[in-house]
Amino acid sequence: MSPGNVTPDRLIDFVYDEAATLDEMRWEDWLALFHDDGRYWMPLEWQQEDPLLQPSLMYEDRLLLTVRVERLSGERTFSQKPKSRCHHLLERPRVISDGTEDGVCRLRTSFLYTETRGDLLDRYSGWVSHELVEVDGNLKIMLKRVDLINFDAPFGNIQLFI
Amino acid sequence: MERYRGRPDAIAGLVQGHRVHRDVYIDKEIFDLELEHLFPNSWIYVGHASQLKKPGDFITCRIGKQPILASRHRDGTIHVFYNRCPHKGVKIASEPCGNTGKFFRCPYHAWSFKTDGSLLAIPLKKGYENTGFDNDQAARGLTPVKNVKIYRDFIFARLADEGLSFEDFFADSLSTIDNMIDRSPTGELEIVGAPIRYMHTCNWKMLVENQTDTCHPMVAHESSAGTAIKVWEREQERTGATEKPMAVQLYAPFMSSYEFFEQSGIRIWPNGHGHTGVSGSIHQDYDDLDGYFSMMVEAYGEERAKAILSDNRHNTVYFPNIMVKGSVAILRNFIPVAVDRTLVESWVYRLVGAPDKMYERALMYNRFINAPTSIVGHDDLEMYERAQEGLTSDGNEWVNIQRLYEAGEAEDVTEVINGTSERQMRNQFYAWRKFMIQDMPQNVEAAE
Repeated sequence: MSPGNVTPDRLIDFVYDEAATLDEMRWEDWLALFHDDGRYWMPLEWQQEDPLLQPSLMYEDRLLLTVRVERLSGERTFSQKPKSRCHHLLERPRVISDGTEDGVCRLRTSFLYTETRGDLLDRYSGWVSHELVEVDGNLKIMLKRVDLINFDAPFGNIQLFI
Repeated sequence: MERYRGRPDAIAGLVQGHRVHRDVYIDKEIFDLELEHLFPNSWIYVGHASQLKKPGDFITCRIGKQPILASRHRDGTIHVFYNRCPHKGVKIASEPCGNTGKFFRCPYHAWSFKTDGSLLAIPLKKGYENTGFDNDQAARGLTPVKNVKIYRDFIFARLADEGLSFEDFFADSLSTIDNMIDRSPTGELEIVGAPIRYMHTCNWKMLVENQTDTCHPMVAHESSAGTAIKVWEREQERTGATEKPMAVQLYAPFMSSYEFFEQSGIRIWPNGHGHTGVSGSIHQDYDDLDGYFSMMVEAYGEERAKAILSDNRHNTVYFPNIMVKGSVAILRNFIPVAVDRTLVESWVYRLVGAPDKMYERALMYNRFINAPTSIVGHDDLEMYERAQEGLTSDGNEWVNIQRLYEAGEAEDVTEVINGTSERQMRNQFYAWRKFMIQDMPQNVEAAE
């Protein structure tokens, strides 16, 4: 059955709002959007199915995401001197599933992501897939999956979150 | 004006035992000479036989600046070629890997070659009748790399006609590759996934040196490994969790003390090879996973299994440009692109016959440490980039690698030393000097 008040607009707003927490560097707010068992996944292969037994660029739970967030503001985090900033340009998210079947709402969103640090600026594009569930009336991220179009290219540092 | 070409004395003078001149990292002419001399004179990693399972399978790579192609022929043999058509020089294979079927076909004029490199067919062949074509190098098909060695499925090649044999070049250092292979209960490794690729805007040697630099982890990686420990300790207090997650087991040892690294030791071998973690390493306290140890005992007997698994070497540098880490079955290939640009490809081997969980841990290690999204990688790359820029400063033209230096220390020897020594870096530079100038004529001035 469809979770309580889940409407397409609410799901779509969630995806935009999540990107806003990153663009505004509100890292703690961003972490809070994840379910306790949520994961952030960045595959390394085309249409990858297994995050653990196929190589991934990232597959992280809340503990590991917390490490990243705390590191960003660390006194001795030299790769953040100067600090990075990011910008998410999102196409309107497509609602793939509203959760009626299994309680998991799925969206897919095309993006252009820009990360900058000092005089450097890097751009990435691809698709982000969200799997959201409702917990106590709030939407939470079970899985955020980032598929880059050029997942197999050699990048320099990607220090923030796409 | 060329400062180094034709001047082996000047090149040799850049390495002075306890210090090396900055030009080895920032001078474009030196970089070009490395690609023309150092890499062809050395045995370079091409790939792993498991990437060439079926006839027609091929992989491509570069040795120095030269494109290389390796293929599996229908009789099971592996062949390594210069990746260019003998006709107009077009690269025969442009992808990192694939299967070409029964033959390679040049996309420009459809010259075709068997997977052993021999010329198969040329369209309108009669146009070459009575031209003396059969006497031209082109008639012999793809030019093979003459010196190829496949050591327990690891494919290496040396482009120069003359030089040290594979056995003399690597000698006892092969024990690390042996140990990595022995960690499979069936004695077999395979590559089943893509490498993690990471572009570094620094000279390739900075990366190689860092592999045996044991005085940087607790400093440079305080931000990543130190934070991981902090977050985990807080998590333990919050939840009462006791079982250390795999992720924390991998991160935490990066914060080991100077004393730990001192006692772990470094072993150096001739020709620039060497490894950290002789009597223990940051990999020694990982959990046994899903009955892996029992499988090893089953396969090798208890004594031998324990011997294999207690040899937890940290990083083994195979000079000039790969690092092998047996405990998690990873090979990192530091591929020079420009004087200030290095492509790092980090491969994970699956231990055939071992539990999936072992491969899962190796893949986790690889993305934690060797990925463009890796916080440990971010720590390191920041240091390399700052060095690449800092070295252009005229305030000091030398890089100091003097830790535990002894004047007149022997070159090309096997020794075990204090694990915080910079001896392995010096070992690499002694080899660098040797293989750079080995095939150079005497100084032009001296000859005149």
